[in-house]
Amino acid sequence: MHGLAFDIAHMLAGFLVLTSFMMLYQDRLSALINALAIQAAVLGASVAWQAVIQEAPHLYITALLALVFKAVVIPMALRRIIRQLGIHREIETVGGTGLTMLAGIGLVALALQVVLPVTAGSDAVAREDIALALSVVLLGLLMMVTRRNAVSQVVGFMSLENGIVLAATGARGMPLVVEISVAFSVLIAFIVVGIFLFRIRERFDTVDVQALDRFRGERR
Amino acid sequence: MTALALLGGCILALLGTAGLGALIAQRRGAGARVYGLCLAITAVATLAALASLAAPAEVAAYPIFMPGLGLHLRLDPLAAVFLVIVDLGAAGASLYALGYAAHEKEPRRVLPFYPAFLAAMNLVVLADDAYAFLFGWELMSLASWALVMAHHREAGNARAGYIYIVMASLGTLALIGGFGVLAAGAGGFASAGGGFDFAAMRAAHPGVAQGGIALALVLIGAGSKAGLAPLHVWLPLAHPAAPSHVSALMSGVMTKVAIYGFIRVVFDLLGPAEWWWAMPVLLLGGITAALGVLHALMERDLKRLLACSTIENIGIIFLALGLALAFRANAMPTAAALALTAGLFHAFNHMLFKSVLFFGAGAVLGATGLRDIERLGGLIHRMPVSSAAFLVASMAIAALPPLNGFASEWLLFQAIFISPELPQWGLKIMVPAVGTLLALAAALVAACFVRAYGILYLGRPRGPEAATARETDRYSLAAMIALCALAVLAGLLPGVVIDALAPAVHALAGARMPAQSGGAWLTLVPIADRNSSYNGLMIGLFLALVGLGSAALIHRLAGRRTRRARLWDCGYPGLGPTSQYSAASLSQPLRRVLGAVVFASSERVDMPDPGALRPAGIVKTIHDPAWEGLFAPIGIAVSYAAGKLNHLQFMTIRRYLGAVFVLLVALLLLVGVSG
Repeated sequence: MHGLAFDIAHMLAGFLVLTSFMMLYQDRLSALINALAIQAAVLGASVAWQAVIQEAPHLYITALLALVFKAVVIPMALRRIIRQLGIHREIETVGGTGLTMLAGIGLVALALQVVLPVTAGSDAVAREDIALALSVVLLGLLMMVTRRNAVSQVVGFMSLENGIVLAATGARGMPLVVEISVAFSVLIAFIVVGIFLFRIRERFDTVDVQALDRFRGERR
Repeated sequence: MTALALLGGCILALLGTAGLGALIAQRRGAGARVYGLCLAITAVATLAALASLAAPAEVAAYPIFMPGLGLHLRLDPLAAVFLVIVDLGAAGASLYALGYAAHEKEPRRVLPFYPAFLAAMNLVVLADDAYAFLFGWELMSLASWALVMAHHREAGNARAGYIYIVMASLGTLALIGGFGVLAAGAGGFASAGGGFDFAAMRAAHPGVAQGGIALALVLIGAGSKAGLAPLHVWLPLAHPAAPSHVSALMSGVMTKVAIYGFIRVVFDLLGPAEWWWAMPVLLLGGITAALGVLHALMERDLKRLLACSTIENIGIIFLALGLALAFRANAMPTAAALALTAGLFHAFNHMLFKSVLFFGAGAVLGATGLRDIERLGGLIHRMPVSSAAFLVASMAIAALPPLNGFASEWLLFQAIFISPELPQWGLKIMVPAVGTLLALAAALVAACFVRAYGILYLGRPRGPEAATARETDRYSLAAMIALCALAVLAGLLPGVVIDALAPAVHALAGARMPAQSGGAWLTLVPIADRNSSYNGLMIGLFLALVGLGSAALIHRLAGRRTRRARLWDCGYPGLGPTSQYSAASLSQPLRRVLGAVVFASSERVDMPDPGALRPAGIVKTIHDPAWEGLFAPIGIAVSYAAGKLNHLQFMTIRRYLGAVFVLLVALLLLVGVSG
């Protein structure tokens, strides 16, 4: 049982990293949002599995929150936004997909190299979860850095937050209130960013953040 | 109730008084209540400290303040010595303030902070762990900063306060670093309390490198508070900006708290010393002494002059401490005891006479509204009692026998004369060199105070303010007379003070000076009879006898009739007050001789073009080497770097994110590679 529990947790976490990579090379916004929804669903499954093996019923609530909000509500809202902005067919030019993927692989290797020695003494499930969660966080950050479109930056941020939730649930004894407050703050951030997207759009007729830089008169 | 508990209670009572001061500051008579309470509390604390001068060390720990560390207090002879200095000075200042408070326009800017300042200084001296020490130190800085800013609308005070708070922060930063090094040596976070209690630091002896770093940091931290060159630049700005009783406290007492911090760390916590540790202390002490008094000589603002003279005295005390370090490192405990006694004695003396001098300056300021001595003069007729007190204090600070300043400086010179017995050639050469600087400084102090007293109190009034001045109130006079009497007593009977300092000196230097009170005729014998000895009482009696005798003789021979006649005016009619010697003209020879080298001073005759309607004049320029050589370049570098870094505030969002990302990855790489 124990070996199986570990294997399933490991597989789900690994799948999460895989979806992060999927996001890295998606240059269509709607496909990107689909990838985000898949990632959130995997996260929900992973958290639910953690609830089973840790026998911590409150994690079911976290899993439910992840499923309902992150896998359904937020992707729907994002789709609505891009449709209203009229950019759902737009193709974002991702500078050097291959290079980005290579960097992502490097980041995953780095995360494993950092976390595994540090957590040598702790439980195997938590070790793997935290290592992979750090990978997801770094990949989300990488996406925020490499993308120009504000919507894909938001997606990167959401994916980053998924990594944080994975790490939090992988460690035993994380209080529910912490997870709820993290989820809630991300939701608020999402709302604020959503409003800002429309404001930016109204002002500049685009959600390309380069326009903001041009507006400030920055030299590139 | 033990003395330590009583003193701790005094700190709490002072803090309570601060709260009371904040509450009632606007009411009538608030000043009398607050200063009266401060006077009573500090008088009790002085007595408690006096009683524990020779008592064994007493420690107490309370589970408040820092979690895991608590609050440690310790009353040992060294702390008792400095508590006497702090609380006696504070009692004098409080007594003075009972009268001086009437001049205060905005009491709510002073009353809450004054008792807090006193409490903080007491806490620093009693603290037995780094946290309590630094807490007290910062409270002391902040409370005194608030007092410096009490008259913030006057020109220059805001700048003085700014420079003061920057220097105080720098000093505290250095002290935090110094305590960090010591705590790491004392077990660090592996030990209980993180190695931050002084007992753990005392037990652990840091190595040469760690000790050297700690010494350098403490020299910066305590030196910047005390006014050690080249960190003295804030002192002539900030001390005069505060109300006069606070100036007296800052100059006379707060600098001593800084010296206490230096002694506590270097003599007590650092353990056995290396001989070369003495060299920077000696060198900086000597430079500070000479530079401080030269500054004082050039100064025409009375309170700034006194603040500059404080720098000089701090130099003397640090010189004594450096000598004590050198002797102690070479296992010469009796010589170390002599130097350390001289330093502590001078710290006590300086508290006495510098307080009186600032009280006198405050009296002049209250009576005339002026600090510029070029516009005063002739005040001896208008303010006879305070001028007498100022004279006694000036003589004491100029180290004239039989007053206390002479006794302590004489002891220091005795210690310098032993220095050829030191084995290291570096010290053998250096000590006489800084001794020469000290001798130069001692002579210049005399010139400086002849100038100050002469211009201020003698001659004819240089303006209407001086001509109509009134003697100050009786509380102020009582404070001045009381501290003057103590200065005279300490000068006549230095043996009593030296014996009182002996337990503290013994604990730090490993030996004490020979007991003085048993000697014949109360003669002061620092080393042995065959070397040298000094008897303040005898010299005092002799001077009194000769002085009174010759005065009586002259009066008898010359008759009592006073004749008034016209002055011989060299055939140049219309001698007015402006044709007297001025402060600038009295110091002009010294400015030409020494100022040209040290301050790059220059004089230029400003002759208007023919037909121009402005008067001709002489333009003097003086450059402060510390300011222009050290602080101005730092300021330029900081503003250059700030200008360059300013671009960081205007990066694009993606670049910000990229910077965060790159830094994160770099740190993770570091962990990954090293782990």
